[in-house]
Amino acid sequence: MNKLGFRTVVTALLIILSGYFLFPTFEWYRMSDDEKAKAEQAKDPIIGKTLNLGLDLRGGTHLLLEVDASKLNEKVAIKDAVARAVEIIRNRIDQFGVAEPLIAKQGDRWIVVQLPGIKDPKRAKELIGKTALLEFCLVSTDTDALNKIQAKMSEKKLSGAAQASSDPEIAKLIPEGYFIADSKENGRVYLLKKATLTGAYLVNAKVELASGGFGFPHVSLEFNQEGGMLFADITGANIDRNLAIVLDGVVQSAPVIRSKIPDGRAIIEGNFNSEDAKLLATVLRAGALPAPVNIIEERTVGPSLGDDSIKKGFSSALIGVAVVLLFMFIYYGFSGLIADFALCLNFFILMGVMSYFQFTLTLPGIAGIALTLAMAVDANVLILERIREELNLGKTSRVAVDAGYDKAFVTIFDSNLTTLIAAVFLFQFGTGPVKGFAVTLTIGLCISMFTAIVVTKLIYDFLFKENFINKIKL
Amino acid sequence: MQFFKTPNIDFVGKRYIAFTISIILLALGILGLTVKGPSYGIDFSGGILMQFSFNKDVQLDVVRQGLSSQKNLDFELQSTGKQGIIVRVKKTDKSQEEMASEISSVLQSKLADTQITTDRVEYVGPAVGKHLSKQAMYAFSFVFMGIIVYVAFRFKSALWGIVGVLALIHDVFVTFGVMVLTDRQIDLTLVAALLTIVGYSINNTIVLFDRIRENLRLIAKQSFASVINVSINQVLGRTIITSLTVAMVSFIILVLGGEVISDFGLALFIGNAIGLFSSVCVCAPLTYEWEKRKRDRFKKNNSLKK
Repeated sequence: MNKLGFRTVVTALLIILSGYFLFPTFEWYRMSDDEKAKAEQAKDPIIGKTLNLGLDLRGGTHLLLEVDASKLNEKVAIKDAVARAVEIIRNRIDQFGVAEPLIAKQGDRWIVVQLPGIKDPKRAKELIGKTALLEFCLVSTDTDALNKIQAKMSEKKLSGAAQASSDPEIAKLIPEGYFIADSKENGRVYLLKKATLTGAYLVNAKVELASGGFGFPHVSLEFNQEGGMLFADITGANIDRNLAIVLDGVVQSAPVIRSKIPDGRAIIEGNFNSEDAKLLATVLRAGALPAPVNIIEERTVGPSLGDDSIKKGFSSALIGVAVVLLFMFIYYGFSGLIADFALCLNFFILMGVMSYFQFTLTLPGIAGIALTLAMAVDANVLILERIREELNLGKTSRVAVDAGYDKAFVTIFDSNLTTLIAAVFLFQFGTGPVKGFAVTLTIGLCISMFTAIVVTKLIYDFLFKENFINKIKL
Repeated sequence: MQFFKTPNIDFVGKRYIAFTISIILLALGILGLTVKGPSYGIDFSGGILMQFSFNKDVQLDVVRQGLSSQKNLDFELQSTGKQGIIVRVKKTDKSQEEMASEISSVLQSKLADTQITTDRVEYVGPAVGKHLSKQAMYAFSFVFMGIIVYVAFRFKSALWGIVGVLALIHDVFVTFGVMVLTDRQIDLTLVAALLTIVGYSINNTIVLFDRIRENLRLIAKQSFASVINVSINQVLGRTIITSLTVAMVSFIILVLGGEVISDFGLALFIGNAIGLFSSVCVCAPLTYEWEKRKRDRFKKNNSLKK
């Protein structure tokens, strides 16, 4: 620790490394909006290297989803279902086109989804939340049973298939192997045979404009070989019956089978607008979720509030730090300047570390930086006050500086470590923006131990050695 | 420059004044919690928060009237300047979609010729609210335990660790009380602020304990009371300066940081001041009381034996 050369090398290395890691961020902010858009399209490697801004600063949506275990097929373990759901949601989001999404499992049955910078959070929620279980079900020809069910429903004033199925009297009327489902058009319910052909057999789904007609878009489906064979069998054996296309328990349409369909292709019609059709095709391509998911937490920040937060956050942090720097200079004079230099270095290295580890900078995180710097002063204050005491005892400047650093070290170590305990548990248990605060607090504290003790001592040693100063006034 | 030469204040002698102030502060906190009751933000209570901004000035009352006419909508309104509002709805049986669309449609019908932008939507389901409350409790328990263990280990006395943590609980409780009394939402950001206060306040206490430990070795001949007094006075300058820099930054965050983090700045500002008071005036005298009683008991036992 005492060799001047070694400490200089370590310090220089840290500065250079921080500059290197921060360079992409500088480049990024120097680009114009057009250039940024281009870089994004070209998937320029710079994008993965810039400082990560949290959703509260760049705008976007954070969702926490819960997999509804009660509606899960009994044979499937919840763990596998969640893993599968994560995969499918990722597929859907990738096809939707969101830059840098985060999709991850949290706890036993929760899934975190973060979508930075999306403009239409409502549509995104539909995209993620749709179970997208597609079934092809034969419509029952037993009109007698259906009439009885509907009569009972209107008698009991039940609306919807879900309410009706849970009514014990109606449940008795439903034949074995059949179920009732709502239709997309209001009021009617269908009596349907349980499905053998589902969306699991799909290889593709895309939007097409109906030729003729009124140009309503429809979704065309393509089955894999096995599904195509099943489809051919079903259509071949049931000519002139209705085949219902059921999505998430709701009948979309129930066309009459005119002839056997051997090529494994089908079409979903409905009064879609083109956006709806696109969404449906996307979720069908990505596959069905193993069980429905519910949104249990949402945090959406619009881009204008994000911009506003960045401006206010940064300007208040900058002013705060500037005031502290000024205060240190006024109170301690030249020695205050050395402490100020250490603070600036602390900030620089902190940002470098954040870039390297891809930590996320949030609004509380910015506040955390300002606070960390205000607190990092403490180490220098402790040292300088110690040096002052030593000077008062009549020691020479050089001896007083050495003694000041020696005696203050234990105190700085103990006090920073206890603060670190608080910061680490805040990191452990914090979520979202609060976690961003804990990150800057923790890293800043660790760096301040280095900059405030090692770097400032290095400067004093250098100045004394080269005889630039020989006296310290405090 | 120096604000003052090392002062010579008799902190131990005046400890009962400090204790009285502490008790008044604690009573204030209890008053806040019992009479007023904390208003938990949606992070913990569950519910929905929506922040809107408009392209012209909007009367809060118009919005209030519109929302009041909705059934089963227990809401709170807060303005963010003339052209913005925050609507909070807690504890409803309605789904998120229902609440969000209800609030939006009321605004649209009441403010027909105003352009409305949704700046922020936060929805927290009841399960998540419980989860977050639990996390916050865990965080505090672990921090307090961690500090007791560390201080006990470094100062070879569990007593000092316990006194330190007692002072921290005091700081957190009083800050919490003030935030409740000033009608602030108790949410995750406040928890973060409180934990930061814990970190900074223990920092002050440790610096003081450290000096006492050093002085006990150096000037062992003097009485425990005077060692404590000398130590407090020696670190007083440093403690005030450091607290001052933190106070400056948190005050600027409070004033200029924008509505998302201004409460955070306020909590830090208050907590920092209370932390300064408790570290300097309460902690060491409390240690003194404790040590004195231990010694008295020790002496008594000894004299009985004779």
